Amino acid sequence: MANHTVAETIHVPYLEEKGILSWILSTDHKRIGIMYLVSISTFFVLAGIAALLVRLELLSPGKTIVDAHTYNVLFTFHGSAMVFLFIVPGIAASFGNFLIPLMIGARDVAFPRLNLLSYWLYLLGTVIILFSLLKPADTGWTFYTPYSIQTGTDVILLTFGVFILGFSSILTGLNFIVTVHKLRAPGMTWHRLPLFIWSSYATAILQLLATPVLGITLLLLIAERVFGIGFFDPAKGGDPILFQNFFWFYSHPAVYIMIIPAMGVISEVIPVFARKPIFGYKAIAYSSLAIALISFLVWAHHMFVSGMSEVAATVFSFLTFLVAIPTAIKVFNWLATLYKGSIELRTPMLYALSFIFLFTIGGLTGVFLGTLAADVHLHDTYFVVAHMHYVMIGGTVMGFFAALHFWYPKMFGKMYNEAVAKVAWFLVFVGFNVTFFPQFILGMEGMPRRYADYPPQFHTLHEISTIGSWILGLGILIMALNLLRSLTNGEKAPDNPFNSLSLEWQIPSPPPHENFEKIPHVTDWTYGYGKKNNQEG
Amino acid sequence: MNWLPEEASNLARNVDTVIWFVTIISLVFFFLITVVLVFFAIKYRRKSGEDETPYITGNHFLETLWTIVPSILVLVIFAYGFIVFKQMRTPPQEALEINVIGKQWLWQFQYDNGKTTINELYVQQNRPVKLIMRSEDVIHSFFVPAFRVKQDLLSGMYTYLWFTPTKVGVFDLYCAEYCGAAHSKMLGKVIVMSPEAYERWRKGEEREEQKGVASISPVQLGEQLYQQRGCNACHTIDGTPSVGPSWKGLFGHEVTLQDGTKVTADENYIRESILEPQAKLVKGYQPVMPSFKGILTDEEISAIIAYIKTLK
Repeated sequence: MANHTVAETIHVPYLEEKGILSWILSTDHKRIGIMYLVSISTFFVLAGIAALLVRLELLSPGKTIVDAHTYNVLFTFHGSAMVFLFIVPGIAASFGNFLIPLMIGARDVAFPRLNLLSYWLYLLGTVIILFSLLKPADTGWTFYTPYSIQTGTDVILLTFGVFILGFSSILTGLNFIVTVHKLRAPGMTWHRLPLFIWSSYATAILQLLATPVLGITLLLLIAERVFGIGFFDPAKGGDPILFQNFFWFYSHPAVYIMIIPAMGVISEVIPVFARKPIFGYKAIAYSSLAIALISFLVWAHHMFVSGMSEVAATVFSFLTFLVAIPTAIKVFNWLATLYKGSIELRTPMLYALSFIFLFTIGGLTGVFLGTLAADVHLHDTYFVVAHMHYVMIGGTVMGFFAALHFWYPKMFGKMYNEAVAKVAWFLVFVGFNVTFFPQFILGMEGMPRRYADYPPQFHTLHEISTIGSWILGLGILIMALNLLRSLTNGEKAPDNPFNSLSLEWQIPSPPPHENFEKIPHVTDWTYGYGKKNNQEG
Repeated sequence: MNWLPEEASNLARNVDTVIWFVTIISLVFFFLITVVLVFFAIKYRRKSGEDETPYITGNHFLETLWTIVPSILVLVIFAYGFIVFKQMRTPPQEALEINVIGKQWLWQFQYDNGKTTINELYVQQNRPVKLIMRSEDVIHSFFVPAFRVKQDLLSGMYTYLWFTPTKVGVFDLYCAEYCGAAHSKMLGKVIVMSPEAYERWRKGEEREEQKGVASISPVQLGEQLYQQRGCNACHTIDGTPSVGPSWKGLFGHEVTLQDGTKVTADENYIRESILEPQAKLVKGYQPVMPSFKGILTDEEISAIIAYIKTLK
């Protein structure tokens, strides 16, 4: 009777209800997660197309397809859409929303309606940014003054859109922090939390504390453009490098907002496919927090040649090296988890192992840029472009693809075609390296970034890079088609296809609306793989 | 396999040694991690669903080891980078000072004897040079790969850099900080001369300049200004459109503006376009040209117009 009806609604899969309103008015964290996933993936594709056009223009010296101004608009759109619309909300907003309550044994996030508001704010921000494309900005995603004050393009709408997106980010961070503190299931102690939760928690702290600074900075920029108040423009009495300090005070922590959730994904995927407990759980958990805290103190390593004092440069170089240590610890822990495992190279695992390989390159090349004397030569060259893409694609996007293939069966209740997914992985991996590895060499040779045209000695490497971008694009296209086709044509997914011990896999695929019929009692951590009485470290 | 450019300054070798030092440490870690990754992935690949795996959750010795070793290495790298950086930021007292002005989109160099050059920096082999730099508009960055030097130019604040060129030759100068539509055209050359040639250049150019002012025609002056004022970064003279319209066949012809109206490109239109570039924008082009008000004299504008008239 009454109980009977409750039990029935509990068992309705969350995807059951149809119609656009059932989505955009839903406060279900899973639906909001899926809406973020669809939105950020859309912008990933759009910004990716802009990147393909940028690479096409650089295929040969001189004008290839677009003039210099259009080129500048293209890399500005590519950068700002990738950063603010895809990678900052990214894994945290999509998989974070979907997984956090499931992984900690809760029915939803702490503030479901605030969560929906965050998504609406994200949508509002994207609409404003799309409107700015009527007169698209050409400042680069960094909006450096005084160029961003002087240019005739629509910087105000773009930065205002980013300002609105900031609120979405702050509210999501706040929601996740409260959720992790207050809604853990009985027995889910801090040291039993899945590492994805630890990384989401560290990310949420960054979102909450760093994003307001970006918001204020962009407001000051808008005030300077509209009212001519001289905060940044020396001609009006402003400080010429103040903007860079403000901007990187957010945007360096933001780099970790982008990468830490991906690290969380890797920590989930590797134990499952190696059938081993994660190695050094506490080191990984606390290194996420350590990275988050140190990341607030390294922003000016983007500014060694900006005109900042040598003393400041030295201090920031030193602090930057501190961030390398917790990052290295994570890589070693993931490797050690593989030791004596039973490794199955399914698609999520292939992406996770690619993450370790590519992120290692991204991290090590970061050491070059943190080193004062080396950075003077390499700063603002293609070396930086390559480093940043090894961290952002080789790191975050590989983590995103790993997550996509790992939790796809849980999210949609379908299996994708494994063979096709592996072909796509291969093309992505090869294409990525062909695109970006030559850029390290270009940078060392002295090719500056953000150049619409270049001297002929750089031609061959640019050509290789552009061909690589086609392979990478093809791989992503095949991956997307496979995943989209499987939504309707895929086999029905079992509840726990990869045999994971984590809570989200102990419920049906797709999960019912209320997640858990009964809130679970947790008695152990989620990494109890392997034979316990055998060896203990 | 050396991907770094030719070493043509006293700083280059030191910077390269730092880069190689970091490269070697990075390669050791890279190969270590990759070999272990691939080895484990092959050796421990799943044989059957019943594979038994050990329950290992950590190892204090290993974890301490791989915290301490990277910590020591990064401290060493930091210190080495700092030592060379200090040298790069400490110009010797006797360095020859040259003023550098960056503006959209050209480099201007002012020498101690009052000479000025555009986009070509003349320096003497084995003589230290200190560049005192400023920008007239947005941020630019002075970058000579062969010297391993880079420094941003700001408006409202002087910045400096120094180097001693060690090889005679011509070296590429780039703007490394994004500065607008013709950023990738803000290129220059550093010409390093032997002491004798440098003296000859100073004297020879001075004579030429003195006689130049008196005798060149407006068309010749316009042609010089086209190069010197950086017009060539955006306007071609062969008819191909670039950031701005080509000057070839421009004069006396009708151009279509953004709002669809048509005007004839006569003397007054060109003059206005130089002083107020956004006032009458040609359709299909972006409002990116900086104003040359206060930069070009009336005489110089007339000379440019005279030059454009010859480009039929």
